[in-house]
Amino acid sequence: MIEFVNIEKSFFGVKVLKGVSFAVKPGQTVGIVGENGAGKSTLMNILGGNLQPDAGEMRLNGQPYAPKSPRAAEHARIAFIHQDLNLFGNLSIAENLFIGGFPRPSAWLPFIDRRKIRERTSELLRDLQLPYGPDTLVERLSAGERQLVEIAKALAIDAKLIIFDEPTTSLTARETERLFAIMAQLRERGIAMLYISHSLGDVLRLCDEIVVLRDGAVVGNAPASELPMERMIALMVGREITQLFPQRDTKPEEGIALDVRGVSQPSVARNITFQLHRGEVLGVAGLMGSGRSELARILFGLDPCAAGEIRLNGQLLNGLSPRERIQRGLAFLTEDRRMEGLCMEAAIADNAALVALPRFARGLFGFVSKKKSRGAVRNIREAVKLTASARDAQPVKTLSGGNQQKVVLAKWLLNEPKVFIIDEPTRGIDVGAKHEVYRLINELAARGTGVLMISSEVEELIGMCDRILVMRRGEIRDTVVASEFDRERILRAALHDKAPA
Amino acid sequence: MTTARSNPIGLRLLNQASLILFAVVLMIFGALSSAFFQPANAVNILIQTSSTGILAVGMTFVLLTAGVDLSVGSIMFVAAAVGGKLILSGWSLTATLVVMLAIGGLYGALNAVFITRLAIMAFIVTLATRYLGRGFGLRITETRAMNLPESFYEFGAARILGLPLPVLIFAVVVVLAHLTLTRTPFGRQIYAVGADLEAARKAGINTRWVLFLVYVICGFCAAVAGIVALSQAPAVSPGFGNNREFMAIAAAVLGGTSLFGGRGAVFPGTVLGAVLIQTIDNGLNILNVNPYLYPLITSGVIFLAVLLDAIRNRTLERLNRRRIFVEAETDQPNVKNHCDSSR
Repeated sequence: MIEFVNIEKSFFGVKVLKGVSFAVKPGQTVGIVGENGAGKSTLMNILGGNLQPDAGEMRLNGQPYAPKSPRAAEHARIAFIHQDLNLFGNLSIAENLFIGGFPRPSAWLPFIDRRKIRERTSELLRDLQLPYGPDTLVERLSAGERQLVEIAKALAIDAKLIIFDEPTTSLTARETERLFAIMAQLRERGIAMLYISHSLGDVLRLCDEIVVLRDGAVVGNAPASELPMERMIALMVGREITQLFPQRDTKPEEGIALDVRGVSQPSVARNITFQLHRGEVLGVAGLMGSGRSELARILFGLDPCAAGEIRLNGQLLNGLSPRERIQRGLAFLTEDRRMEGLCMEAAIADNAALVALPRFARGLFGFVSKKKSRGAVRNIREAVKLTASARDAQPVKTLSGGNQQKVVLAKWLLNEPKVFIIDEPTRGIDVGAKHEVYRLINELAARGTGVLMISSEVEELIGMCDRILVMRRGEIRDTVVASEFDRERILRAALHDKAPA
Repeated sequence: MTTARSNPIGLRLLNQASLILFAVVLMIFGALSSAFFQPANAVNILIQTSSTGILAVGMTFVLLTAGVDLSVGSIMFVAAAVGGKLILSGWSLTATLVVMLAIGGLYGALNAVFITRLAIMAFIVTLATRYLGRGFGLRITETRAMNLPESFYEFGAARILGLPLPVLIFAVVVVLAHLTLTRTPFGRQIYAVGADLEAARKAGINTRWVLFLVYVICGFCAAVAGIVALSQAPAVSPGFGNNREFMAIAAAVLGGTSLFGGRGAVFPGTVLGAVLIQTIDNGLNILNVNPYLYPLITSGVIFLAVLLDAIRNRTLERLNRRRIFVEAETDQPNVKNHCDSSR
């Protein structure tokens, strides 16, 4: 159906794609995996008409295909479902479906043929079993429902090939299942799909073929049955990661770093009590919306708590602002690094030095000493193994997801925290970067920092933590120690004995 | 399965803020003066509104794309100055009007070229062209007031089907703008561009072209507004059109158009906002309020409008945050609001 022949692409003199070739047969689902920066997105943007290749060509059903714009790709019946969905909340579902090319009742009138788009939209929504009218505003829909609207959009142009870029990152488990069911239907209709994801299990489950990219080149291309998980990971990182979760030799100490007693906030958290020891990695499991992130926000002082006590090394934190809590040694890596964790336009060094800035002040007026901060940033860069090619003055937005996360970590590590709350530290980052993040967490724990690790990935918690708290509906439902770690028990506590639908 | 949630009452009230403000203002003035509710006064208000209203309609197009045009007052002035020169040197009224409209469109196009081709912020570009236009206009008028011939005044006093011409022009502009925004592909694409420029580009919309046209439309409307203003008081003074851009922005925002783009409407929104501002002016006039207080009261209302916009945005943001939990609740259907976000 579509064939890539020796596609090359460079940005600012750096070769991102070094002659990529592979083919997708009609009706096939092909998974594309690789670390961040391996060139997956660039390749898909070329296919989708957002970028033009420097060399090489694409063939669509044997014909040369060189889209100059997203519009041209659409005409070729290729739809691109972006990770950060491409919908307009202020427009209706019908309008979103046809925004690129509205039908008109006649060539003479400039008006949109509203009846036609409504009818067509209703049809597509029925098809996907979305119980909304075509005039519903998209901002009223949940993340999963919006994803389905994107699929409806692809069907509206009668797409023969749909590109999915990390479609499950913002979906709940249930919504993900629904998406997969619909993908199976699309496949039966003979629609070819390209599926990009860091969730290798999903890729194995959904795809017929898997293409592995590393450093802009295809390093593996085989049927899914011939690429088990370990093999895929090995190809992606170019070396065998024998153990994704590095071993930690140190044990938690006796001393309590964070002491949380009876913390409650109406409709957010109920009677949360736990102790985080020095040098311990304490996991928090639970579904999205179980109150995990809300608890973190309360502990950090971003949200109020109506009752209960929070103590850091014995000092009461209640009523203190986040700034004062940071001064006392608390750190918080937020769930959403783009919106809350980083100043995307600012330089790497400035981002990294942000929290610890008061430490670099000197003199009567407390001006920031460039020399001091530069030195500290240099050291911390090495500690977090930030990619060597990144310059200190480079804006953070130009980094890959994994390297961005390392900058956030660097920022907090510079302040030498006593308790580090990390919320979804490995979301959307590649295997190699994940390994680095895990290594850093272990290093912190070894130095006596208490780490509270919130994650949706149970494997990650099992691999990293000394104990795991399971939250549901704003309460701690279970506490599991390392020797009793059991995926099923944790999920059951998170789901309240009900099997996931 | 989830169903679309209806907006809470607070948000619905905020969305109708201009209507409520309008009702309050009417009641206050009505209670204080009997002359206020006369039909003649209503027509009067509409005539007085038409110039600012037309300006605000053009501004709405720009605001919807999350842009701004600070140069519209200067566009009015340049068009009026050139038009005045032409008609005083013997040009016919029709030819003069055509040239004035062309100046408006071209001025908008100039703004648009800087904004879309050179990717300079609209705020900076139009701030610069605002002073540019003012200076240019002052140069051709030699900073003297220019009295226009009778023909201009007759044009403004004309009535068609019993409607004063300024009101009629205002109505035509509003109808055209409303149809464009709600019924044409271009109109809906304006909303898309305002909501998310990058997403609009990826959706295959020619974003540059949309932005370009929006500034041309705004410039054109400014010229129309200038013509209507001249027809009511046929003299081009050095201060003609000065600071009118702020009245136009205020009218649009008062009518519920968001400065962050993607939200708003010409009808009823902007029209209502413009009428509201003029009504305040008119009411104060009837009540013989100290003229020095006008700016204070008007700015108070504008502040209120911007404040309401900010509150509405915050409310929307909070609603969006809450959605995560509502959505998660579908996994656990028997709980209600167990994780309400609070600030």
